[in-house]
Order: sequence, then structure tokens, then C-alpha cells
Amino acid sequence: MQPTRTEGPDYYHKVVDCQWACPAHTPVPEYIRLIADGRYDDAYMINWKSNVFPGVLGRTCDRPCEPACRRGRVEDEPVAICRLKRVAADNKVDVGPLMPPVAAKRNGKRVALVGAGPASLTVARDLAPLGYELVLFDGEPRSGGMIRSQIPRFRLPEEVIDEEVGYVTRLGGVELRLGQRIDSLKALLAEGYDAVFVGSGAPRGRDLDIPGRKETAANVHIGIDWLSSVSFGHIEKIGRRVIVLGGGNTAMDCCRTSRRLGGEEVKVVVRSGFEEMKASPWEKEDAIHEDIPILNFRVPKAFTHENGRLTGVTFEIVRAEYDDKGRRNLVPSGEPDEHHECDDVLVAVGQENAFPWIERDIGLDFDRWDMPQVDPVTFEATRKGVFFGGDAAFGPKNIIWAVAHGHDAAVSIHRHCMGEDVHDRPPPGFSLVSQKMGIHEWSYDNDISLDHRHRVPMLDKAAALKDVRVEVELGFDPRLGLAEAQRCLNCDVQTVFADDLCIECDACVDICPVDCITFTDDGEEPDLRQRLKAPALNLDQDLLVSGGLPTGRVMVKDEDVCLHCGLCAERCPTGAWDMQRFTLEMTHADQMGGAA
Amino acid sequence: MTYIAKPKLHHPALAPNALGYLRRDYEGSVSTLCAGCGHDSISSAIIQAAYELDLPPHRVAKLSGIGCSSKTPDYFLGNSHGFNTVHGRMPSVLTGANLANRELIYLGVSGDGDSASIGLGQFAHAIRRGVNMTYIVENNGVYGLTKGQFSATSDRGSKSKRGVVNHDSAIDMVSLALQLGATFVGRSFSGDKAQLVPLIKAAIRHPGPAFIDTLSPCVQFNNHAGSTKSYDYVREHNEAVNRLDVIADRKPIEVDYEPGTTISVTQHDGSVLSLHKLSEHYDPTDRVAALSYLAERQAAGEIVTGLLYVNPEPGDLHGALGTTDRPLNSLSDAELVPGQSALDRINAGLR
Repeated sequence: MQPTRTEGPDYYHKVVDCQWACPAHTPVPEYIRLIADGRYDDAYMINWKSNVFPGVLGRTCDRPCEPACRRGRVEDEPVAICRLKRVAADNKVDVGPLMPPVAAKRNGKRVALVGAGPASLTVARDLAPLGYELVLFDGEPRSGGMIRSQIPRFRLPEEVIDEEVGYVTRLGGVELRLGQRIDSLKALLAEGYDAVFVGSGAPRGRDLDIPGRKETAANVHIGIDWLSSVSFGHIEKIGRRVIVLGGGNTAMDCCRTSRRLGGEEVKVVVRSGFEEMKASPWEKEDAIHEDIPILNFRVPKAFTHENGRLTGVTFEIVRAEYDDKGRRNLVPSGEPDEHHECDDVLVAVGQENAFPWIERDIGLDFDRWDMPQVDPVTFEATRKGVFFGGDAAFGPKNIIWAVAHGHDAAVSIHRHCMGEDVHDRPPPGFSLVSQKMGIHEWSYDNDISLDHRHRVPMLDKAAALKDVRVEVELGFDPRLGLAEAQRCLNCDVQTVFADDLCIECDACVDICPVDCITFTDDGEEPDLRQRLKAPALNLDQDLLVSGGLPTGRVMVKDEDVCLHCGLCAERCPTGAWDMQRFTLEMTHADQMGGAA
Repeated sequence: MTYIAKPKLHHPALAPNALGYLRRDYEGSVSTLCAGCGHDSISSAIIQAAYELDLPPHRVAKLSGIGCSSKTPDYFLGNSHGFNTVHGRMPSVLTGANLANRELIYLGVSGDGDSASIGLGQFAHAIRRGVNMTYIVENNGVYGLTKGQFSATSDRGSKSKRGVVNHDSAIDMVSLALQLGATFVGRSFSGDKAQLVPLIKAAIRHPGPAFIDTLSPCVQFNNHAGSTKSYDYVREHNEAVNRLDVIADRKPIEVDYEPGTTISVTQHDGSVLSLHKLSEHYDPTDRVAALSYLAERQAAGEIVTGLLYVNPEPGDLHGALGTTDRPLNSLSDAELVPGQSALDRINAGLR
């Protein structure tokens, strides 16, 4: 096969599985090394630059990085990347002086941002240092969007939100107009902003239209609305017996919140099987830990009531059947229906976007699902100067996606406001720097810890369930944080191979603890993958293939389970292997210059 | 040298052998030899062979002398018995150990200095006595520990790293072993594990004196132009006579060789050596032919490798001496001290 092309940023970026999987491409190993070094302020700033809300995300992120983590493929569990982020946020001393300075002069451009959630705040963060005037509108009295309204306080304390929203608003040029819901995009556009960004989220919770719904309205609540009312202090109690319908993370937040507001018998009932639930595994675990059973394969049929009061929910019991295309169908199991008694029901069966406030005659096209048409690269709508991001762009995702959208939209807004083509986007920058410091000395700790994943200490259950505002996770202390940080394999320290230096002595093959390296006759990739010292069966992971060597063979390295221990480079007599740190510089608006 | 331990984490697909051990379980500590040393590849081949043969680590004794090569037993089979002898004296200590406990598998590891110079006599006598062992010489043709002087296996006319020409004749340990009566003789190259691993496996299964000369380039002092033991030189002049598959008690390995080009040699213990002939007329059971072929190819400047000679029905020292079938440490006092009447019988037999 062709020798691997490692010239652009993509090949080595993909090796850093966590960074590649993170929508905002946070340089995870870099900040983990800084945590291990006790440099919490620097670790925080690396995160802040990439994902804007390290303290929030360190508690609530959906962590796409962790299932991707290479450690999970060589050992039982991935590095606790998310909770390490929190270690940086919890232990930082003073990041104020490290924040970008307020722009010396305004650039005269005004941008309206609809919604004061993570997407809009990210746009503001990227544009403020360039001298933009940014006006954020939100219908709620507090900023933060779903971060504040939907995530319960026992998972995310208010101070953390205030602090991190504060870092953005203090950048200068940011004006918050809270309690001001935008009712008309047309009217907003008429105010003459240079650009408008819509980051209004997916604010409508789906309802369940089954018999008895109207009669039981007083005790059947829409999950996200109910969570929001709890967050803003409008609701402080719930019935003793609560049923939560739905299997996503909102359902998990609903049931755990119920347990703290007087719910003693709280259960979650889902249509799907337990494994297929949308909620993250750890959120399910946390719910189960708080004595909340999760009943699966039950489809709600009716709300039952007596004398105008909810008495319970009737469920049909189903089972999963798969057709030849692998699609799942839930079919009746034939078992008799079940009735579960309860005092309150929380419906958490999904969220939708809703744009009743966007007029359909302002040059902004909607698709057949009545969603605005948004360019997936530039985030621009069909009307120039109007951009979307976060859940408002492509439906409900999560905070880290909203941040990633915000960064990209900010680049577009900046180019738009500077009169340039929004499609003309500079590629990310990258560098590779040798980590060799001496004959057997590397600038990173390559002595790999054999510790298993450390558990995050939790507050005692009885105490945690007493107060909805007491944070249940205590976070890693610096000692545990260090131990967990040492589990990171430093995947950004790359094994770089120089064909012309290799003498084919096999030293790297012999020392590699995970049988990554093979010298063999060239062949097409599928054939080559089978012929390696350990067959490379994980097709998601690339092969690093050299050019022809003096014996006519090629060097093939399977990136899949490489420990990045550097022993290949250490045992290489000619320096054909080197360990080089890969740094990716994402294109963010504030680094593009052009602040005129 | 490398200061960190080789991480214990291993490839998730690594399969256990019949004893439940992974290949990694046959490793020793991390090598302290120079980076790129051929000896490390030989250690790795020994690890692979022991794993594939399902050797119980506690039934193996590895013995060595002095030198770079003799340090290597520390780097493989970390759970086996080991003995680092005085310079060149490994063959004697191995012979003694073998006489005391015939049930262990004996692996002698030595170098060209240890076996061809100071220990040449020891080497010769252990081979001619027919000690049941696998004797591996890690042959780099240079004194690496003392910074690059010629050894007794350096070829006449080859050049040292500093450009000095060697005027002494080289000792060819393979020819010597054949003359002295080794019943299994092979030569291989540290850079060719596909050849080396089956050779080591076959040698370990061989119930007699088995000798393998393994060319093992010294990257630091003997890997330059003008050397005849460098990676490049050995690769260019390597003339393999056969490819070997050791079929132990497992299912035969299917290999697609042209019919008529494979011969099988069944050893005394039932293991089958399946040899794919690369050199048309080479018969590895003919000792005299092997000697003359070696001399002929050597004159032509080739390095002949492969399984050069095997006697399927070898004898060994225990057979020749008529020793007890059991290890001495398992004999009871009554067996060891049979009493006055037994002594009287022996004395009477000598009158």
C-alpha cells in the first residue's frame, strides 16, 4: 500500500483519540500532564481556550473522549478525563491574569446573540477580544441557558456557572439583556446588527399524548420545564411516588431531582432495553446508586386517574425484534399490561427545536422538518449574516457540541463582518516537536501507571438526598487527581518513523510491549492488517506504513493499542523512531487577527 | 540502557498457550544492552520459542558465561533457573547440572568470546560428550564489552570499526560442532526470526547436544562497511538451505510448498521437523555432506543458514554412562546409601 501520509494535521491528530473525539478538539493529554505537574491554572486555560466552560464540563460533559480513550482498549476503563478537567477547575489559583485583555479599541461591529447559553457565550468569548459589541438576549432572568435551567444544582453548583459566564462577560463589549425574549427575528434584524447568531437551544420538551393526559395535567409534568422550575426555585416538592418516563440524561436528572424533593419511590420506565437507553452509562449508574430502579421494555399506554387525580400509569410490555437490516422494532410481548401507581409523572421523552419567533418570509429557508437550513461548516442560514449553533442548529446534542458550533460560527461571523467569504476558513495549525532530552530521557513521564480507574468520591447518600442544591460529587482531590492523571498514555506524544534511518535491526519489534510494530512484505491494507505480529482488527485505527526499506520490506505500526511509552525510540540505535509531541492549533476567531 | 520497566500492559488479543501463559510471561527484565543489539532479538526468539513449546518456566535452566551474550539470560525466562558461570565455564557447569538433574531443559547461552576463545575447550568437550542441551552462541565477531577488538570468529580480512584488518583465521563453530559430534547443528541470524524461532524450538525438542550459531550484529562496534557480521553483510550473503516448521504434538501447520520440496524428520520424542528445501540437493541428515557443503559455500563467500544437520536418533551422556533415570534430588537415603552388602558386591565385581 502507499506509505502513510503524515504531512497534514489529521494523521497524528487522529492518533490522539480523545482529542479527535472531542467536538472542540481539546488537547486532553496536554492538560492532563499539566495537572500531574500541579499546574492547575495552565491546565484550566488550555481547557478554557478549547471548551470555554471547564468547570461546567468537568461535571456535566457527555465525554465523547472517554469511550474513545486508548487506555480503555488496553485495560478495563478509560482515563477519567472529564473529572480531571474538574480537578483543574477546582484547584486553580488565579486565572484572571491569564485571560485575554479587553480589546484596546472597538471594531465597530455589532452582533446580536439569541439565547445566553453555551453556544452564544462561546461566540461572544471568541469575538469579544476582537473588539466586537455583543448583545446577548435571553428570556430567562439568568444567563447560562440549559446549563443553568436544565442541569440540577446537585450536579453543578450555581457558583461554577456564575464564574465561567463571568469570564466571558468580563472580556469587554458583552452586554447581557436577560428576561428579554426575542419574539421576532424580523424585528431583531431590523435593528441593524452586522450579524445575528441564534443559539436558542431546543427548548421544547416532547409531550406524551396518551389517554388520561388531559385529566391528569396537574400531576404530569414535562421534564425539562419541571427541571427549569426547580432550578429557578419555583418548585420545591414532588409526590412520594414518582414515575419518570424516558431513558435519556434528562430522565436521569428528573429522577435524581425527585429523590431530593420528597420522592421516596422513584422509578424510571423506558420503552427500549436498558442497554439501548440514551442516557450515559455513568448517569444510569448514579441513578441506580440513589435507589432508583430502571424498568425497561415498557411502553406507556395510559395515565390512570380517579376523581380528577392521577393514580398511576399503565404499560404495555414489549420485546425487541430486529429485522434483516438490523433495525429494531418493539413488538408486544403478549404479557398482560402492568399498572404502576404513582403521585406524579415526569415526561422526559425528548426535546425539539421550536422557532415560532422566526418569520418564514425573511429569506431564511426551512427544511421539511421545519428546521432552518444551516450550513454544517459555516453555520450560516440561507439568509446572509444569520448564523445558528448549538441545539438550535441541528437538534439536541450537548454542551460540548454547542461550544464547538460556537467556535465555528464565530469564525464565520468574523469573516462575514470583515467582508470576507465565510467558506474561506484557515485550516488548523499543528506542530511536532521531539521530546528527547537525553539518551534515555524524555520530557514526558513514560513510565506507565498500572492503576485502575479511580472512583470520584461522593457525598454520603443520606446527606446528598436531603438537599437538591448540595453537590453530590466531591471531585478528585489533588492526590487522587495526580494518580488518575498518571493513567494517561500521552497519546499526543507520537511515534514518528524516519524510513531512511532504519537498519531493520528489530529492536523496536522486540521491545514493544503491545506488539504494535511489524516489518513485513508490502501488501494491500486488508491483507497487511492480517499479517502483523498482532493482527490489526480495529479498522477505526490507522496503520503507519513506511516506504520500502533496504530489505524490500516495510515497517507497519498499528496505532490501535500503542502505549506511547517510547520504548521503540529508546531501543532504536539510529533514531529512526522519535517521540514527538503533536500540538493542534484550532482555528478560533480570536486567533485570526483582523481586528480592524 | 533503558531505565523504565517494560509496561505490563499487553495487546488485548495476546493468547495464552496450553499452560495458560502469555508470551509476555516468558520475558525477563528489560535489556541493558546497547540499543539495536542483535542479542535482544535472540532473547525475543527464545521467549517466542518457549511460549510456543508451552515450556513450564520452572523446568528450564538457563546457563551462561561472561560477555554481552552471557548477560542475556536475565532478559528472558524470568521465572526459570539461571546460572551465570565463570568466563567460558558454562559448558562444565551445564554438564554437571544435567548429570544431577536430567529432567530439566538445559539452555546454554554464550558468545563468540566465551565459547570460541577462553571456553573453546569447554565447548568442545561438552559437545563431544553428548550433553542433552540447547547451546546457543550469539556470534557478533567482536569483543563489544571491551570496545571492539576482533574475536576468534572474526573473518580473516574483515575490518574493525577503526579500519584495522584482521589477519587471524576465524574459528567456524558450526564446522567444529559437526566434527565434534553434535547431533543437531544450525546456523541462523538474529534479524530473521522466521528462521530462528523454529530452529530454537527444534533444538529444545532435540534429545541430544544441539548447537545453534546465531549471527548477531553488534550495532556499536561491528556494523560498519568491511565487517562480515553486520546487518547488511549477513543479509547480502545469507544462503538459507531450508525453512523449518516444528510440528510438536499439535495439529500440523499447513504450508503451501511445492510438492517434493519438503522432507520430514521424525525425532526420537515424536516431534516432526518439517523442512522446506531451499537448496535443491541439501540433505540435513548427512553429516559428511553437510561438512563439505559448508566448506564449499564458505569458500564462495556465503553464510549458510538453516538446519544444517540433524541425527533423528541421537544418544546422550546419560545413555553413555548408564546413570539413574531420576534426578539425584529425588533419590532417597536408602537409594543413595545402599549399605555394606551393596559395597561388598561392587568390590567383589572388581576383584
